[in-house]
Amino acid sequence: MTTATYAGVPVEVNAEGFFEHPDQWTREMAVEMAAADGLTELTDKHWTVIDFMRKEFFEKGTGPTVRILGKTSGVTVKELYELFPKGPAKMAARIAGIPKPKGCI
Amino acid sequence: MGDRIEKVSVIISKGSLEGIYPGLIMANGARAEGMEANLFFTFFGLDAIHRKRIEHIKVATVGNPAMHIPTLLGGLPGMSALATHMMNKKMDELDIPPIDEFIEMISDTGAGIYACKASVDMFGLSQDDFVPQLQDIITVGDFYELAAGGQIIFT
Repeated sequence: MTTATYAGVPVEVNAEGFFEHPDQWTREMAVEMAAADGLTELTDKHWTVIDFMRKEFFEKGTGPTVRILGKTSGVTVKELYELFPKGPAKMAARIAGIPKPKGCI
Repeated sequence: MGDRIEKVSVIISKGSLEGIYPGLIMANGARAEGMEANLFFTFFGLDAIHRKRIEHIKVATVGNPAMHIPTLLGGLPGMSALATHMMNKKMDELDIPPIDEFIEMISDTGAGIYACKASVDMFGLSQDDFVPQLQDIITVGDFYELAAGGQIIFT
């Protein structure tokens, strides 16, 4: 476990950079993490995905699969990969401050 | 991190349910992790992208010791359909999509979907016989070019 500083606040992250405590996450941090990952702007669609992922995580204890995201978040699978080119598991979940989704699909 | 895999090319050569799913899951998983991914269907694996056969993929119940049923029983009419039904039900519970939906989803992730020319010719098929997600029918040489610089997984 290491400490990273986003938006001036130190947070605990794992070796891959995923938040250890999703409740430490703020929207300002997401903007900063996204920028570091090459996303200069977070659009409404990005936020739709981020908010949906966090909602699912806090309700179900694990982040949504890509299939669920594509079917119920209002953003298609195609768009999802355009919004987060490094992959929804790797990139979107990390920016959303939740652990990497555990499912294989 | 260091030795990160940046690209995978998965070959699917079998046409049974258990022969097709692992390759699909590996390609889809690669994209979810931000890797580049290609799927290459050859021989009986072509059934997985065949417009008509895609909905009729079955579990092999004969010659598969891991089914844990006697071979003679596995050969009875309906056994394969029954095993397939049970497995599909279980997969649905686990949110694993049916093969046709899975191919569509993998295509939407930006993965390449290709068919092997030698096999397509051998079975007397053409582009029209396949699902619209099939990008191209390519030679083994083309495949190696696509796969260059990445990992190749044969299933």
